[in-house]
Amino acid sequence: MDRENTELVDSDVMVSVRDLHVSYGDREILHGINFDVKRGETLVILGGSGSGKSTLLRTLVGLEHASSGQIWIKGKDIATISQEEMDEIRKRIGMSFQGSALFGSMSVGENVALPLREHTKLEDSTIEIMLRLKLEQVGLAGFEYYMPSQLSGGMMKRAAVARALAMDPEILFFDEPSAGLDPIIAAGIDQLILELKRAFRMTIIVVTHELASAFLIADRMVLIDKGNIVAIGTTTEMRTSQQPRVRQFLDRVAEPEVARELDYLQMLTEERRSGGVAGGRRGT
Amino acid sequence: MELVSQIGGGVLNGLAYIGSLTTLAWRAAYFTFVAPFRGKPLRFQRAVSQALDVGVLALPILSLITFFIGLILALQSAYELRKFGALDLVATAVAISMTRELGPLITAIVVIGRSGSAFAAEIGTMKVTEEIDALETMAISPIHFLVTPKFLAMIVMLPCLTIWANSMGILGGALFGVAQADFTWGRYIRTSIDALFLRDIVTGLIKSVMFGMTITAVGCLEGLNTGAGAEEVGRSTTRAVVMSIFMVVVVDLVFTMLFFFLGG
Repeated sequence: MDRENTELVDSDVMVSVRDLHVSYGDREILHGINFDVKRGETLVILGGSGSGKSTLLRTLVGLEHASSGQIWIKGKDIATISQEEMDEIRKRIGMSFQGSALFGSMSVGENVALPLREHTKLEDSTIEIMLRLKLEQVGLAGFEYYMPSQLSGGMMKRAAVARALAMDPEILFFDEPSAGLDPIIAAGIDQLILELKRAFRMTIIVVTHELASAFLIADRMVLIDKGNIVAIGTTTEMRTSQQPRVRQFLDRVAEPEVARELDYLQMLTEERRSGGVAGGRRGT
Repeated sequence: MELVSQIGGGVLNGLAYIGSLTTLAWRAAYFTFVAPFRGKPLRFQRAVSQALDVGVLALPILSLITFFIGLILALQSAYELRKFGALDLVATAVAISMTRELGPLITAIVVIGRSGSAFAAEIGTMKVTEEIDALETMAISPIHFLVTPKFLAMIVMLPCLTIWANSMGILGGALFGVAQADFTWGRYIRTSIDALFLRDIVTGLIKSVMFGMTITAVGCLEGLNTGAGAEEVGRSTTRAVVMSIFMVVVVDLVFTMLFFFLGG
């Protein structure tokens, strides 16, 4: 614990994950994850379906609880702090969900204004100006009176980003930013993330399985497979990595899916037994 | 042995369920009555629109149902009272059974069908589309944001609806009284009012407040416990209705017993 503490005095580390295990019931999903994210850095968490990457993201923002290990956000271990302290941290982070998660009963403007209305004592007129600014930042100027159901998929994603930006967060989380979008719209969202990165030097953590988008936006990448970190490094390091699993993922080599029930069960139980073996391999 | 452990497991699950209901209702009560004085304002506008939904819009159907129930009650009690030539007592019988029992209960059941199910469906859909998660990551308590306005609307509107239901039931009874038992409208109403003690009305209203809390807690809890997928929303809506009816009857029994032994 002391080691981590001294390490985290370094205010440049925004998020630090140490030996993180997460389980749903009896099944362990993440088997000992370790990584750091520095201020202003964009980290992309890459992984296939069912690799545990979404669980990792949900645990980072406190929606799932770790069964063991620590997550330090801005020097605080989120497993041990009180609800009030967690709320303070949450006011400083923004999250864009896979399905955008806009409130269907509120207009786009009200969605973006909600965190401001709940957490600040700003005048309505100030909030109005701020929400227009946020919408302009994501390229949705003039859409504040639309209902989420009237927006296209890409626009909903942008509105969700505007809402995540409302409180001027220090860390921004994205869950599958390009899921369900056509390549052109998805490229637009990638551009938006790049702009945020350049303009505000924001710390950004993105979970995705889209390779092109990952290489475009990432400073560093983590490849997760079956709940373990397979590789971690800069985009160049990833591209030149000779590790078989990385190559397979990057070269998109197909793998026969487990079709028989028994094999599948065996795969799950083996996973548990070998849990944590490949985890914690940092700085590849 | 197997049976014993199954019964034990069932009892434990039931207790756990009641535990989560109580916690939810308790937190909603905290956000309604305490938090506003600690700088966490109530979403009053939202509560008003919920109250409109729960209360005012339920009036037509509730009026119709309780009017018929009053009429049925009069017919059924007249069947027995006629034998004693005591048809005059119909008014008393209807008035007491409406205010003490059927008014609150029928109101609760209508509200479960209209609003309890809607709460579960609304919150369940928000759960499925990650909107509840979004609230949490924005440091907004889903209980404060979603449950509290419903809670306030229900505990205010259910007693109001119950008073209305009582009156409509008595009016239904009066239709029979006037048509079959030589009452005039005025005399029937006067007899009903004379038959009632304040405590009959008050115990009914206390029950209706408890029903309001129960329905909100069950509907919202089922919504918050919704699993992944659209069909889960349907499932929690059904569960909300069935569990609410069951819980309302249990609460009714507990309070009726309480009033009985306290001499109410």
